[in-house]
Amino acid sequence: MIPATFDYVRPDSLADAVSALSGGGEDAKVLAGGQSLMPMLRIRLASPTLLVDCSRLAELRGISDDGDAIVIGASTPHHDVMHDPLVMAHAPLIARTTAMVADPAIRHRGTFGGSLAHADPAGDLPTVSLVLGAQMVLAGPNGRRTVAASDFFVDYFTTALEPDEILVSVRIPKLGAGWGYDYQKFHRTAQAWAIVGVAAAVRRENGTIAEARVGLTNMAASPGRAATTESALAGAAANVDAIAAAAAHAADGTNPTSDLHAKADFRQHLARVLTGRAVRVAAGV
Amino acid sequence: MARIAVTVDGTAREADVEPRTLLVHWLRDDLGLVGTPVGCDTSNCGSCTVMIDGRSAKSCSLLAVQADGTQITTIQGAANGEWHPVQVAFKDCHALQCGYCTPGMVVAAIDLLSENPDPSEAEIREGLRGNLCRCTGYHNIVKAVQQASELMKEAAK
Repeated sequence: MIPATFDYVRPDSLADAVSALSGGGEDAKVLAGGQSLMPMLRIRLASPTLLVDCSRLAELRGISDDGDAIVIGASTPHHDVMHDPLVMAHAPLIARTTAMVADPAIRHRGTFGGSLAHADPAGDLPTVSLVLGAQMVLAGPNGRRTVAASDFFVDYFTTALEPDEILVSVRIPKLGAGWGYDYQKFHRTAQAWAIVGVAAAVRRENGTIAEARVGLTNMAASPGRAATTESALAGAAANVDAIAAAAAHAADGTNPTSDLHAKADFRQHLARVLTGRAVRVAAGV
Repeated sequence: MARIAVTVDGTAREADVEPRTLLVHWLRDDLGLVGTPVGCDTSNCGSCTVMIDGRSAKSCSLLAVQADGTQITTIQGAANGEWHPVQVAFKDCHALQCGYCTPGMVVAAIDLLSENPDPSEAEIREGLRGNLCRCTGYHNIVKAVQQASELMKEAAK
């Protein structure tokens, strides 16, 4: 189908983009790579009056080293993120997960920040940013503010971004030596969204699991942490049995949706199975 | 209307387009480049894949205005005087049945081989995951990409 009519601007600076967005009212929308937005425009699920194209703003692109963190510009395409040496060195979970997002053509256009700001409950990168303790930097008419990933994802397709704010960059704390990572995703076809996904980051110390973070994709309106599993893993032996016992609690307290892809109880089953797999890989077991 | 300047298959083009015009519609309806088909219109099938600044993209998933200032190669620009090795290999391996997915498959395969000149079978299947063949003729498509890889390595020697 053909999208409904809208106006289009491509500002030359972030400041101009923010004023275009705030001048456009509530129905103005940021366009980054457009790989999630375009399908919604085509079926007219979204009908913005104005698109503010931020894909070419130099200050929103690229990846830099900031001491104890790396900073990923919001408009950096997935393809650049997954091959970036800083990402591979300090946040390999992002590289691994990004390689599982959609397909190569989509990854050439779609952006890291776009997938976070879109906040699809089935999106993989929101969960990963939550697990890694990412900090989102937002720019609006009153300047910049920083929001933690745990406060950024609010509801289905809803973030802490105000209608006149733009996601500028994402600060990802480096996890030091001793951490292992994995992302597991269950879907029906290679390029499809996750029916359930699980991100795991595990720090091993002398054969035991010192610390574990487990994030769940598509088990709620927003990404969440498997708290019971995380506490069961802390201090546990790094072996198959201990991980299986902890992973059995991965769906505790969840109330996932039932849809044509999976019923709620199947999603909970998937969360437990994928948690076991992801934690085993992350713990090197 | 928005003014765009795009080089398509080596020809500089300037046009006024409605912002909502999808790139694939501009290519087909305004430029007459109907070698790039619309398959699914849902971003899934990859039939409409073209190269934008040397990287594959689904032309149903971009606005024409987003392509302003870029260089686009469609399937109709893939051959440079003679067929591209991927096109030769698709013919030799009979890597098509109904042919509807073929333009996108060929462009996606060219992109894959430009990044990974010697892909394994698994890497080929992974690299073409965004392109669907509803005849399910994937086996010969994979063989064709393997043959194209050999042809291109030979030509580079």
